[in-house]
Amino acid sequence: MQLNNIIFVYQGEVTADLVSSILQMVENKLEGEGEDRKVKKRVFNVMVECLQNVYHHLDALPPTDPSNPVRDKTALLMIGREEKDYFIITGNHVLNDRIPDLKARLDRINRASKEELKQLYQEVLTGTGFSEKGTAGLGMIDIARKSGQRLGYDFHPVNEKYSFFSLEARVSRIPEK
Amino acid sequence: MEALRIESTHKTPRVILDPENGIFEFSGRSIPEDALGFYNPIFEWLDKYAQQPLPRTHVRFDLEYFNTSSSKNILEILKRLEAIHASGHEVRVTWFYDEDDEDMEETGQDYQALLNLPIELSVKVQS
Repeated sequence: MQLNNIIFVYQGEVTADLVSSILQMVENKLEGEGEDRKVKKRVFNVMVECLQNVYHHLDALPPTDPSNPVRDKTALLMIGREEKDYFIITGNHVLNDRIPDLKARLDRINRASKEELKQLYQEVLTGTGFSEKGTAGLGMIDIARKSGQRLGYDFHPVNEKYSFFSLEARVSRIPEK
Repeated sequence: MEALRIESTHKTPRVILDPENGIFEFSGRSIPEDALGFYNPIFEWLDKYAQQPLPRTHVRFDLEYFNTSSSKNILEILKRLEAIHASGHEVRVTWFYDEDDEDMEETGQDYQALLNLPIELSVKVQS
């Protein structure tokens, strides 16, 4: 990954205001560079889901847990562009006991065909799929649908309680016909 | 009953619910972190309208994009409209999308599949 491919990178506390500012900034940048309208829309869409996903996740974490290697609601957010794709990478700490569930979900999404993703989306939207409260399950499916590519992910162990979870979504710069 | 009008912001759509003419409109984008906070007053308004709806209601969704937490709330709106429609008061929904925006077209199809409500998908005329 070359540095000049990166449109935006941030590491630190994630607040609702920050998420708004990032979205606006990247949107303006895409606008200014004359990117294809459809590609721009998709990148923006995936970015909204990725960033809000992290924000909601961090919001639900206990902030004062002394075993949390990073005390604040800290995350890594990165948006960049390569020859063929835009990439959106998020990283945040997750409790180890959440990993099996997250991993199972990501693998299921990655195995699903376009049609299966559509079905899964409808199931979760109506509350019959993934037993998850709120909309957390829906975000990842939506990201996968809009990305059209497999989601990259990694769990890097930090200590006996936490791991660093990174998620990468890619959006093709070549608009399909 | 009074009309509900909400002006659009960078994160929330413009909403017009006009009970005199039975014309409802949602336009712009919907990407608030707290979607329920935004949509709750709309649910409350619709619940009131459902008690005495007009014989015909036309609802226009003209959205640029929305996040997944908005999509749950939009489903809730459509479910309320479905109930009004089922009670014998015609509700017609038009779902607009840009010609090249198959994501928004697909989302409209998702809602069509999930509801017993006439939802017409319509390509937006470019100005």
